[in-house]
Amino acid sequence: MNGVLRRPMTFGILLLAALILLASTFTIVPETRQAVILRFEVPVRTVNAWRQGEEFGRTGAGLIARIPFIDRIVWVDKRVLDVDLDNQPVLSTDQLRLQVDAYARFRVIDPLRMVVTARSVDGVTSALQPLFSSALRAELGKVDFAVLLSPERGQVMDNIQKRLQNYASQYGVQIVDVRIKHADLPDGTPLESALERMRTARQQQALTIRAQGQRNAQIVRADAEAQAAKIYADAFGKDAQFYDFYRAMQSYRYTFGADGGSDQGRGGTSIILSPQNGYLREFQGR
Amino acid sequence: MNILSGWRARGHILRNEPPKSPWGGKPTGGGDDSGKGGDDSGKGGGGGPRNPWSFPPEGRRSRPGSVSSLDEFLKRARGGGGGPGLPGGVSGRSLWLIGVGLIVALWVLFTSIWQIAPQERGVVTFFGRYAGVLEPGIHLTLPSPFNNVEKIDVQNIREETFPTSSSEENLMLTGDQNIINLAYQVRWNIGNPQDYVFQIRDPKETVRATAESVMRAVVADVDLDQALGRGRTVIEARVQQLMQETLDEYNSGVRIQGVAISKADPPNAVNDDFKAVSAAQQEAQSNLNNARAYAQQVIARAQGEAAQFDKIYEQYKLSPDVTKRRLYYETMEAVLAKSNKTIVEAPGVTPYLPLPEARRTIPDAQTPPAVQQGGAQ
Repeated sequence: MNGVLRRPMTFGILLLAALILLASTFTIVPETRQAVILRFEVPVRTVNAWRQGEEFGRTGAGLIARIPFIDRIVWVDKRVLDVDLDNQPVLSTDQLRLQVDAYARFRVIDPLRMVVTARSVDGVTSALQPLFSSALRAELGKVDFAVLLSPERGQVMDNIQKRLQNYASQYGVQIVDVRIKHADLPDGTPLESALERMRTARQQQALTIRAQGQRNAQIVRADAEAQAAKIYADAFGKDAQFYDFYRAMQSYRYTFGADGGSDQGRGGTSIILSPQNGYLREFQGR
Repeated sequence: MNILSGWRARGHILRNEPPKSPWGGKPTGGGDDSGKGGDDSGKGGGGGPRNPWSFPPEGRRSRPGSVSSLDEFLKRARGGGGGPGLPGGVSGRSLWLIGVGLIVALWVLFTSIWQIAPQERGVVTFFGRYAGVLEPGIHLTLPSPFNNVEKIDVQNIREETFPTSSSEENLMLTGDQNIINLAYQVRWNIGNPQDYVFQIRDPKETVRATAESVMRAVVADVDLDQALGRGRTVIEARVQQLMQETLDEYNSGVRIQGVAISKADPPNAVNDDFKAVSAAQQEAQSNLNNARAYAQQVIARAQGEAAQFDKIYEQYKLSPDVTKRRLYYETMEAVLAKSNKTIVEAPGVTPYLPLPEARRTIPDAQTPPAVQQGGAQ
């Protein structure tokens, strides 16, 4: 310790050198990353490369040693990454324009190949983007618009995924999933015409409902009238002659306002009778 | 890389100062260092900043100054001077040791004792390698560069809202190529903390993207009327199930707790026409109600009249003549009692009709001439 204190500069420099050496020899590889080690820019090995069905804790992650200043580490993300495509115009076979947002989830499964072909994860993403776009257009251009909305669209997605996988394999990338986020009608005429179609469909529906309502109401009324007529006929048909008399009596009462009716235009009638009238028969005392 | 650059920066200072801690790169260590640095400056009287991260704006310290302060420090350290700030009994060396010991102790304290709250799990890594999950409670791990712990709140239910602002329209195409404006929430938490930490780069974004894609796929399977009305719960359940499957496929460690459709409306542009439909439905219903009321009325009246006739007819059959005449007289009585009557006796006499009725209604015009005409005849 005395030696140290006597020559602190020397000691400091030595310690510093040791630290630098230590730091550049040992590196922590986290679970989320894969490392490609380049020796004078020649890839020599990979650490913590993705394997099918691996378990955390048994991957290659952990402390690694390398030759300081000679080995260089290129880091590659090990997690599931994504490529997004926004507002891709697509023309379906039935000439409908669509605006499609889609994404692909991928994972780098061969970091060495990825580093050689694309240098970095960003490089892969930007390389995949146009490939994804072309795969998307190619597959969506093969189907009708209606298919996109139907359960078969899963099949279309699978086809896109397969096509993209073919392109992506050269980058050491595995496509985990391809999905369409949006498939919308573009703003402007197509959207407007779709809305117009909905609008007219609803107007038609409203008119139909109204007319049907009226028809049903009319039927109900007519039924009731028929039923009433039947009731009348059943009752009055028992003796048509008596009915005639009875109904005439009722009618007189009503017409001449005898039922206590003080309605406008009823009652208050002036009647000119001749003594020969049936009612006044007894006037003559015969 | 952080650690490495930290060490390098520290290395620069080491040329002027003895090292205080080999763990200079750690954030907590760094903080403690600067405190220690303050002590040093009181002791050594060196003017330069000790924090490697904040050089004065003019750049590096001037070498002569640092050398002179170092010389001064070394003199004191050898026990020669005994400067004003330094108590006589304690040598620089033991101060130095105490300082280092304190930092090490703090560092161990802060990086190896872990308190995990009930809703949390701690994902432990050993040199970056997954080494287990800490359940709630107090746990000890190795200090920082060996073990690292990431606390994850697994119970907290996060909510994703679509669309993000409530004023926005979120239009989707339904199976019958109509457009619907749908707002919904997805609630999720973390089922598997190590998957959550290690498998997905951007979990929140992944959940959102999955929700959008799945919701649209499901809505595209149903027609508009279902989506607007009774199909909602089916859609919710289906979206939840499909989202979970998709996220499991990514090994995301995310658990979908629920999907709730908060709004399923026609697009604003056609909303009025949808309202017109329901208005028409109401109208049709009220029409029908009116008709039913009328029908009840008509039938009841018929029944009433028929019953009335039946009763009288019963009596009439018992004694037809008497009943008939009685009805006749009663009616005539009732009719004539209320009328003005004129009886004309002699045949061939044309009576002058006073027609009081006509006179009374003259101001009303119109009807009187007809009556007078009748009278003139």
